Amino acid sequence: MELFRNTNFDFLGKKWPFIILSLILTAAGLVSLAVRGGPRYGIDFRGGALVTVTFAQRPPVDKVRAVLDAKGLNADVQEIQGKQDDIIGIEQREDKALQAARQTIVDSLTAAFGQPANGKLNINGAGASALADRLRVPLQQASVSMTDPQLNDMANAVMDYRKQHSGLIRNLDDLRSVAGVTPKVLEVLKQQTYPDTLAIVATEVVGPKIGAELQRKAVLAVLYALGGMLVYIAFRFEWIYGLAAVIAVFHDTIITIGLFSLFNKEISLTVVAALLTLVGYSMNDTIVTFDRVRENLKIMRREKLEPLINLSVNQTLSRTVLTSGLTLLTALALFLFGGQVLNGFSFALVCGIIVGTYSSVFVASPILIFWHNFLESRKHPSATAPAAAKSTVAPKAPAPAAPKSPAGSPKASKQNVRGGTAKVK
Amino acid sequence: MTRNVKIKLLVIVVVILVCIYGIIGLPKSKAELIANWKKNIHLGLDLSGGTQLVMQVQLQDAFKANADAVIERIKQELQKDSIPMSSIDRNDPNRLEDADKIEIDIKGIPVNKTSAFRSTISDQYPEWLLAPLNSTDYKMTMKPSDALKLKQDTMSQTMATIERKINGLGLAESSVQPTGRSDAEAELLVQLPGVDDPAHVKQLLQTQAVLEWAEVKDGPYGTRDEGLAKHGGVLPLGTRLVPTVMRGGQQSWYLVSRSAIVRGTDIRDARASQDQSAGRWETNFVLNQEAAKRFENYTANNIGNRAAIVVDNQVISAPTIQSRISDTGRITGATNQEEASDLALNLRAGSLPASVIYEEERTVGPSLGADSIREGFRAGIAGLIAVVVFMLIYYRRSGVNATVALVLNAIILVAALSYFDATLTLPGIAGVILTIGMAVDSNVLIFERIREELHAGKAVIAAVDAGFSKAFGTIVDTHVTTVVSCAFLFIFGTGPVKGFAVTLVIGLVANVFTAVFVSKTIFDWELSGKRQVAALSI
Repeated sequence: MELFRNTNFDFLGKKWPFIILSLILTAAGLVSLAVRGGPRYGIDFRGGALVTVTFAQRPPVDKVRAVLDAKGLNADVQEIQGKQDDIIGIEQREDKALQAARQTIVDSLTAAFGQPANGKLNINGAGASALADRLRVPLQQASVSMTDPQLNDMANAVMDYRKQHSGLIRNLDDLRSVAGVTPKVLEVLKQQTYPDTLAIVATEVVGPKIGAELQRKAVLAVLYALGGMLVYIAFRFEWIYGLAAVIAVFHDTIITIGLFSLFNKEISLTVVAALLTLVGYSMNDTIVTFDRVRENLKIMRREKLEPLINLSVNQTLSRTVLTSGLTLLTALALFLFGGQVLNGFSFALVCGIIVGTYSSVFVASPILIFWHNFLESRKHPSATAPAAAKSTVAPKAPAPAAPKSPAGSPKASKQNVRGGTAKVK
Repeated sequence: MTRNVKIKLLVIVVVILVCIYGIIGLPKSKAELIANWKKNIHLGLDLSGGTQLVMQVQLQDAFKANADAVIERIKQELQKDSIPMSSIDRNDPNRLEDADKIEIDIKGIPVNKTSAFRSTISDQYPEWLLAPLNSTDYKMTMKPSDALKLKQDTMSQTMATIERKINGLGLAESSVQPTGRSDAEAELLVQLPGVDDPAHVKQLLQTQAVLEWAEVKDGPYGTRDEGLAKHGGVLPLGTRLVPTVMRGGQQSWYLVSRSAIVRGTDIRDARASQDQSAGRWETNFVLNQEAAKRFENYTANNIGNRAAIVVDNQVISAPTIQSRISDTGRITGATNQEEASDLALNLRAGSLPASVIYEEERTVGPSLGADSIREGFRAGIAGLIAVVVFMLIYYRRSGVNATVALVLNAIILVAALSYFDATLTLPGIAGVILTIGMAVDSNVLIFERIREELHAGKAVIAAVDAGFSKAFGTIVDTHVTTVVSCAFLFIFGTGPVKGFAVTLVIGLVANVFTAVFVSKTIFDWELSGKRQVAALSI
């Protein structure tokens, strides 16, 4: 099976619609950023507190918000799809106030949606050793013979069970299936513990100073990476190639960030990691195309630049689309199945791969053309500028007979190429 | 099969075996397999559950304490040498950035004592620079190299003390590391796997635990003002007013001596125990030899007087000395076992030379970690299946070739993580999945090139060779750019992001091996021994 045999799209002839598309997308992203006052930074960069709570029966978001607002917390409540979890975030404050606010969230939610303790131990909030300590004496009193290691094993087994069930034990009877829980032990469990209907599954507190520091580091990392790419490609090819590649990747990054803003998604540390990976990965397609351009330049010395680049792009088209497509498949798998924590990361990858592939063809190569035309127009101001821009023009003045493929109109070169003297797909 | 191909195949088999050993060892049972797996693959906190804390060490505290000690010594020195002075004081840097701007001002040195004073200071305090402000007043500042040394020493001492505290709690796999530049950022990263309620640990780590026995001059008073008033608004020389610990909402104040009889640093060991008769918890301590003598002397001469036990500038008890005490003693007053054992732990660990504040705290419960692993695994399998199916359809039997290379790539990646003791985080799992997508890139590159060569009319074996050699340069190029990106990620990133960068880099490096060496060997094996091959399933 072969999808891209002998393709001959005139990519660069039709470049203007795509350049306009790029500009529209970039503008849309920038407008969205401007309207929303910048990218939506996650807690990593802004500082703040995040508490993830899992409920036995998730209350509606408004109720949760109401409980928190009543305590004077300006909290943001998000539901996680596919689970009974809510993520509650409060924005940056002074360090001490953050800790206090975090505690207030936990306390008020427990008071509003939890069960009263009545002197019992909350089995959904305790650790294995706390559970074992609580049960030791009552088990003895109930004449259940259990050595200490056995008790610890049983407590660990209960905790494992809880871990497998998203951190919440709904009903103490469910523990019947756990190793070491005999009916008598279950009795004691019911006397000494109770399953609260909510559990704190994760917390994050980031002071605003660290947030600002991470922001700085992230921006630096992206700039350094772009700079490093520029140097590497300029070294392997010519500097204009490096510049073209960097502009293309920069364009990808801006559009991806714009998309994040459009879809109101959060930019966290892992998202920046995805962006950086994209910087490197997006270079791949660009390099492969440039590699082919360089190879063709050596062989087809008389060919005009634009048709030559067109040819190179066509030659590498199958490889570009296939590899990007396959990486996109894995990124999609991450996005669809990878869970909440990686959501931003995988979204960045999916968008970035699509935009990156597109930009290698429609952004990087045209820049080479523009630059070449610019140079040409400075060398021969009268003759070649408009002619080189459109590839459907009649042969130009100097047209020496060349051994391989003669300079000339694309129609002629197409025929020659089909004859099999040059490499083509 | 040619000998060349046999050797190459052998190399590949050896690599596979080494990798499998690295991942699961030599298990004799399923349980052992799982245990080995868990031991070799080190899970990050976001997957195993636990707490991560970033604390900032307030180095300025150490500078202030250092300056205070110097001031005391200068006072004694100048007295001994009969050099009078009117005042000696230091400034009060309160922020970390101002730590090394510590200054000591000495005023009122008479002009005829100038040279004596100067030589005393420069002999005894070489870490300080002495600058005259005018004919009688001077300013001392710390030399930059010595200030740097003090910062580094404070950081390593703080780290060691925190490590001892954590070990004292029995938290096995915890770790403390410096992050950032230790002289400028002064940050420590504390990782506590398995701790999902860090409040107690945080409090423990933050306790400075500076312990002193001081002579009680007067007290207790109801409030600080009461104490001041009793002495006419001015405290007698060498004393200070110290509050007690708040117990049941009550607090009182004592007038104690400024200098301590014995300090926390003199304690060799400390344990919590329960008083049999009254059931109260107390902390027992043992002093080292030199301090024991001092203590014995003091207690022998002060029977009937009170001595205050001051921890972090709060009096926790002020018992009357009933008999001479030499090396062992008790601290009572703890309200429960936790308080007594915390104090014992802090005494054993030693006091922190500078206070710490928490800048970042992340806690992941084990259930969330387990969910993340499950979801990551699911995504990985989905991605792998999608890619393999496509390769088989598009490249037919050569797709099998690519699949073998891909699977081997994943195995090498996981084994490398195990051998390098790298930590697998959730972004790390994403890195593994991404490696699958990028790894197949190399195979596509080679296969497309082979197809091209075949179209151009080359014979099968020649086409395969040409495909591999021509694609090699491009493969290296494309991998280098992604690796360079990851290098920056590693430099600038924090824990989980570093994990991602590491897995991606290892995956890409392994990919060069599998895509080029392994794939080629499989082709060679398939084509070997046949002179003329009609067609290649690609």
